[in-house]
Amino acid sequence: MSDAATVRGARDLFRSRARSATDLCRDAIARIEALDPALHAFNTIVSDQALARARAIDKEFDRWRDAPLAGVPVALKDNLCTRGIRTTASSRMLERYVPPYDATVVSRLAAAGAVVVGKTNCDEFAMGSSNETSAFGPARNPWALDRIPGGTSGGSAAAIAARLTPLALGSDTGGSIRQPAALCGVIGLKPTYGRVSRYGLIAHASSLDQIGPLTRTVYDAALTMEVLAGADPADATSAAAPVPEYTAALTGDVRGVRVGVPRSLLEQGVDGDVSRALTAALDTLRARGATLVDVELPYAKYAIPVYYLVSTAEASSNLARYDGVRYGFRANPEPRLPNHDLRQMYAQTRARGFGPEVKRRIMLGTYVLSAGYYDAYYLKAQQVRTLILRDYEHAFQGSGAVDAIAMPTSPTPAFRIGERMSDPLQMYLADIFTVSANLAGLPAISIPCGFTQKPASPQPGEDSSSGGGLPVGLQLTGRPFDEATLLRIADAYERDTSWWKETPPILAAPPRTSDPDGPLGRRDHLAPSDPRDPRGPLAHE
Amino acid sequence: MPTVLTREQVTAIAALAHLELDGAELDLFARQLGSILDYANQVQQIDTTGVPPTASLVARQSTDRPDVVGPSLDIADTLANAPDADRTRLEGGFFRVPRVIG
Repeated sequence: MSDAATVRGARDLFRSRARSATDLCRDAIARIEALDPALHAFNTIVSDQALARARAIDKEFDRWRDAPLAGVPVALKDNLCTRGIRTTASSRMLERYVPPYDATVVSRLAAAGAVVVGKTNCDEFAMGSSNETSAFGPARNPWALDRIPGGTSGGSAAAIAARLTPLALGSDTGGSIRQPAALCGVIGLKPTYGRVSRYGLIAHASSLDQIGPLTRTVYDAALTMEVLAGADPADATSAAAPVPEYTAALTGDVRGVRVGVPRSLLEQGVDGDVSRALTAALDTLRARGATLVDVELPYAKYAIPVYYLVSTAEASSNLARYDGVRYGFRANPEPRLPNHDLRQMYAQTRARGFGPEVKRRIMLGTYVLSAGYYDAYYLKAQQVRTLILRDYEHAFQGSGAVDAIAMPTSPTPAFRIGERMSDPLQMYLADIFTVSANLAGLPAISIPCGFTQKPASPQPGEDSSSGGGLPVGLQLTGRPFDEATLLRIADAYERDTSWWKETPPILAAPPRTSDPDGPLGRRDHLAPSDPRDPRGPLAHE
Repeated sequence: MPTVLTREQVTAIAALAHLELDGAELDLFARQLGSILDYANQVQQIDTTGVPPTASLVARQSTDRPDVVGPSLDIADTLANAPDADRTRLEGGFFRVPRVIG
């Protein structure tokens, strides 16, 4: 039986005419309206546009019947440009920005018959590890509303986990697809650098950024990759390598596949429940015929400092474009005031338009690129990046080569909202297992591999805040442009497990949303400037 | 030895980045950037003699295209997001900025 909460299921329902694209769209919007006030997974919902698009698809059923994603509702991270739909990157800077063009992935989804229902919450300019740096407030984890959904594609992961849409796109600079996928119990794939066009992705760190899918099943991720992947004349870094039929790789057969385990890297601060889930997942793969091999990645432990030196340098350069001239917020909008000059306008625009984490990273990146520090920090980091890259090359090539490397996606399950916001460095450490795939440009997937244990004797009235029942993710990293092998292993694992079928408590007992002022109360999806912000709402005209 | 950034250093970085910071932000960033750089300093222990830097992972490939005029954004669409623009003059209009020259 087809399940509308998966991509394949929704598409098959459309194809068989059991459900129209309009039905699927209406159902998705109803789910969003019921649950998003508590989750805040969306910055913007475009019900009318989505329904109009769905009706247009239904009207031309014969034309769309065989399209790979026909009628599938999709949520897009709010840093992917959508023509005519506000795209904010969860920043005050772009609060009212309406792109005049579509990102290439958005055009590809449209050509495949998908229906965009809205833009998902994320960390501001995709900088963060928890979704808490969003200027519009964090998205929440469907498994425990007092916890982070992960970041930066937290809204996309929460939307999939809560079955709001069967498909969402995210972007991943240091783990921003995989870590929220792990913490929300869904699939998240970061493709090889260059596999998917970045045209229309609001740039964070251009040598690290990639766009990829978040889904409930591995098949859905494979199917979506067939739509997203491929060369794009508008992105000179997109790769010309042919795009395989990823769904055909899902044979269930992993006999003889060699999976590397970097044991010494895993000795650093991994939560006990995460460790146990990883061990059990590796046992499952071995039982299915995979061979486990110890690998050494001696430089991977330096991935976090290297990542934060390289990514902030690139970000400080990329974010120089937000100058209050061509688009976005401008401070002191009256140009004919006395004592007003251009430099002051730039500095005030950026001071008021950017949030604290974005400012911190621009400052760090500017510092490491500045004269006198460039060699010691930026150049040094790029050299160590080469060493990290060589670690992976060594593991994937030559005698004893492995086909994939297994690690936890995140060293801990989802932490509580607010827990790490005062200590940026502590927040950065959450990315220990994800950033090296970006530095090396490798594909990596996160798949659900268990849950934290419930406390032995729950107290009456105890809820999710006990830390039990939180999803854990298994990460597999692969050779460049070999997403197919990762998907094959992940699919084989999925066939032997049922973690992906578990439903978060929010689906069993939707929260009351009658209290608009409550911490989980309904939010305005247009996310206007918070009138309580001491700096006051930002004026644009 | 912990890395400490002075207020003057932070002010100089902010000027390079065109960011206006208030006093509290200067103090906060002096402390936080110092502790992040402290942590990042562990890369200094690594011997990278003779190791080339990796700035990009793009395999070299031709990105030439025929030198022909293609479609580009419409001027009105482009100016639609401008904080300030004059849409009435000069072949469709232009962005307006504060006075640049005295």
